[in-house]
Amino acid sequence: MSKKNPEYDFKWCPGCGDFGVRRAIEFAMINRLEETGLPMENNVVVAGIGCSGNLVHLLEGQQPYGFHGIHGRTLPVAMGVKMARPELNVLVVAGDGDFLSIGGEHIGPQAARNLNICAVVMDNGVYGLTKGQSSPTTQLGTVTSSTPYGKIEAEADPLELYLTLGATFIASGFSGQPRELAKLINQGMDHEGFAMVHVQSPCTTYNDTYELMKGNARKGIEPLMYDIPEEHDASDKGAAYNLVQQRGMPVGIIYKDETRPSLQQRVDEIKAKAPRRSVEELMDSFAF
Amino acid sequence: MQMRDFVVRFAGEGGQGVVTSAEGLAQASTQVGYHALTYATFPSQILGGPTWTQARISVDPILSAGDDVDVLVAFNREAYDTHREDVREGGLVIYNSNDFDLEGDDRSYGLPVDELARSTGNNRAANMVIMGALAHLVNMPQAYLEQFVEARFRRGRANDDEIIDSNNLALKLGRDESASSGFSLGDLTPPAMPEYPQIMLKGNEAICLGALAAGLDFYVGYPISPATTILVFMERNLVGEGKFAYQVSSEIESITTILGAGYAGKKAMTATAGPGFSLMSEGLGLGWMAEIPLVVVDVQRGGPATGLPTKTEQSDLLACMYPAHGDVKLPVIAVGTVEECFFGAVKALNWAERYQGPVILMTEMALAERVQNIHRPDLSKVQPERRLVYDGSNGYNRYQGYELSPMPLPGSPGAYVANGSEHDEMGDTTHLPSRHIQMTERRFSKLKLLEENEYEADNADEAVVMMPWGGSKGPALEAYNQLREQNVPVGWYYTMLLSPLPPALLEELKQKELVIVPELNYQGQFSGILRSQGVNAVSITQYTGLPFKVRDLVERITEMTNSHPKEMVRA
Ligand SMILES: Cc1ncc(C[n+]2csc(CCOP(=O)(O)OP(=O)(O)O)c2C)c(N)n1
Ligand code: SF4
Ligand SMILES: [Mg+2]
Repeated sequence: MSKKNPEYDFKWCPGCGDFGVRRAIEFAMINRLEETGLPMENNVVVAGIGCSGNLVHLLEGQQPYGFHGIHGRTLPVAMGVKMARPELNVLVVAGDGDFLSIGGEHIGPQAARNLNICAVVMDNGVYGLTKGQSSPTTQLGTVTSSTPYGKIEAEADPLELYLTLGATFIASGFSGQPRELAKLINQGMDHEGFAMVHVQSPCTTYNDTYELMKGNARKGIEPLMYDIPEEHDASDKGAAYNLVQQRGMPVGIIYKDETRPSLQQRVDEIKAKAPRRSVEELMDSFAF
Repeated sequence: MQMRDFVVRFAGEGGQGVVTSAEGLAQASTQVGYHALTYATFPSQILGGPTWTQARISVDPILSAGDDVDVLVAFNREAYDTHREDVREGGLVIYNSNDFDLEGDDRSYGLPVDELARSTGNNRAANMVIMGALAHLVNMPQAYLEQFVEARFRRGRANDDEIIDSNNLALKLGRDESASSGFSLGDLTPPAMPEYPQIMLKGNEAICLGALAAGLDFYVGYPISPATTILVFMERNLVGEGKFAYQVSSEIESITTILGAGYAGKKAMTATAGPGFSLMSEGLGLGWMAEIPLVVVDVQRGGPATGLPTKTEQSDLLACMYPAHGDVKLPVIAVGTVEECFFGAVKALNWAERYQGPVILMTEMALAERVQNIHRPDLSKVQPERRLVYDGSNGYNRYQGYELSPMPLPGSPGAYVANGSEHDEMGDTTHLPSRHIQMTERRFSKLKLLEENEYEADNADEAVVMMPWGGSKGPALEAYNQLREQNVPVGWYYTMLLSPLPPALLEELKQKELVIVPELNYQGQFSGILRSQGVNAVSITQYTGLPFKVRDLVERITEMTNSHPKEMVRA
């Protein structure tokens, strides 16, 4: 909404990876609109707190609904929206700090429930908005404002974490490739279950990883990023583990399990057994 | 001697039938037209452990659990030793002589409960042996109890008759044994069956029914005493098209999940106790800021931290009145009786919809677990409210103006960002002073929509008045009635609506010389709030984990009125 709205006063730094994620999400939502014919208002973007979450205010063109709440709580808010109104398409956008640190406790339960939403994590390996402190994905030893002598904790491996927690769709992408990323996001949205799209979205101000990701032949730096080979079987969890344990940053779909029912399907199935009683009937059971 | 009312305390070990006996007696009595109220305490361990439940049976509607125990039923020696002193002078003790024996207590007698039950061929009839014995003590006709046995055990099974016969036999054996002891308390006045339809239930169940009657769609919660029974009820009964109930992973999930559901258009609620309420603080602020209807029920127990999980207290008031950081003020409703649990829940859901924001409904352990007969709520008088929903085309600004405005729902035109950061009319984050002024005033202005002059007032011309809140209403009202009988010049005020207070009530209170607030906390939380609003209020406090005794209130209020000579003159 930024172009239309001079009062909105947040801007991403030049070159910030989040611009690319925003493009990808705009593409994905337009794709969805064209495929399903459902209006843009059918999409709800639940945003975390961070530079990343500001995406919900910066989307151009037709506007989806947005929810910009409190730090770390995108997943339970998304659950509330989705279980209240299953016909809505719910998309989460959050930073690595928001999603994996303060909000980390919510990933396991939603993966176990197989909540039917798509979560896009914008990983820049740092707390951008609070100006450069270490995050769970900051590499061990890195100097940041809150780790002046180098980061003490080992870095988290989000892709392996999602696999272990039981997410039924896991993709990994790069903000520098918005078209490709949009395709991953569209597949995540179409997936009937808990879909994680983990995106490397470099922070040019506090943790510029573009060179690391893309490599630099002149300096002899090998790219970390590589496309997942065609022969990778995404339905094979063992193969998915092998992939994420290799060095480098795979791009594409790592894992996809289409056999597990979503939370909604399970609720519908199990609660179909429940007797439905009106308030009068319930009161009858207390009458004497 | 005629008795209008009697109090039985059942004490023993968890699993010995303490609760079932008390609730059985209450049910049997209400079926023939008495009023009944039980007060339960919980053992602090899962299996076994000392526990007790009190049942008060009366010809008249009941306000409190009763100060004095007429009969103690002691299932074991420890129970006898612990509770013997609470038995009033002239009261009696029945003890299970199959468990222990006593000598030298001329106000007690042993009942071989297990042996008598066994002799009926139905070991599970032990409760009936006890009930029979109690019936003799107050000369309650055997037919009353047989009616209860019939209602409880006639379920269309092949062996119904057998079960009913053995229970009736157990009643008779208990009664005969009691009669042969030679003890008796008097004659309980015959009941007068109320002319209105009744239901008998616990406070938490009444909250659930009220919420459903108000159109609740969505409930999530996390187990915590004494709020768990609400989750359990909802998981079982909030089912069907468009309804959802679920156990989530923490109270942070509870509040943020219902924020999502409320935003998406549903009537959403959660319930918790103090520790969970603390975790919801940030989410409640978000609900206020983003203007999202939802209800949080706080079933108070002793606090802070893990506190006294199985005891009652009214010590969360300050937390509920000031539940979040920043400039925020959430509506607070506190219920005082089982009936109010129902109507308070209706009101809370309606308020949330009406002003588009979070509402806090306070109740407490002693109410949550109390079983009481109440006038069956007339659903035709319940009018569920629905938020103002935007139904125009795109190009709408959700947060326009200084007052309540229609709320767009996802899926329909009017897309906006529900924003917990300060925002402009479209919901985009902004730091402009003019916007912060507008939005702050907008949020506070909506509270005006909740100003309702619903309160009780009696002898309102007195200069000294009582004004309890929440569950202390019952004992306070009983004390008030006694005080008036003794010509103590004191008036009565009460409301469920603690914030915003009914404006007319506040005006009246400001005129009083003294407003006495009985409340179960150390600080005198409500009187402090009243003083901050210009009312000369003082508290009568108690922090034992137990409800007030009527006698204590009568004594303390009499003293307080005595030390106010001016009022004595006026009266
Ligand atoms: C409860 C709470 N604690 C701390 C903060 C401060 N805070 C705002 S954003 C942020 C971290 C953001 O990092 P990340 O999620 O990685 O987002 P990025 O800015 O890097 O996109 C923190 C700690 C907050 N808003 N709320
Ligand atoms: S600080 Fe980093 S993440 Fe934040 S806007 Fe700037 S470049 Fe992007
Ligand atoms: Mg980050």
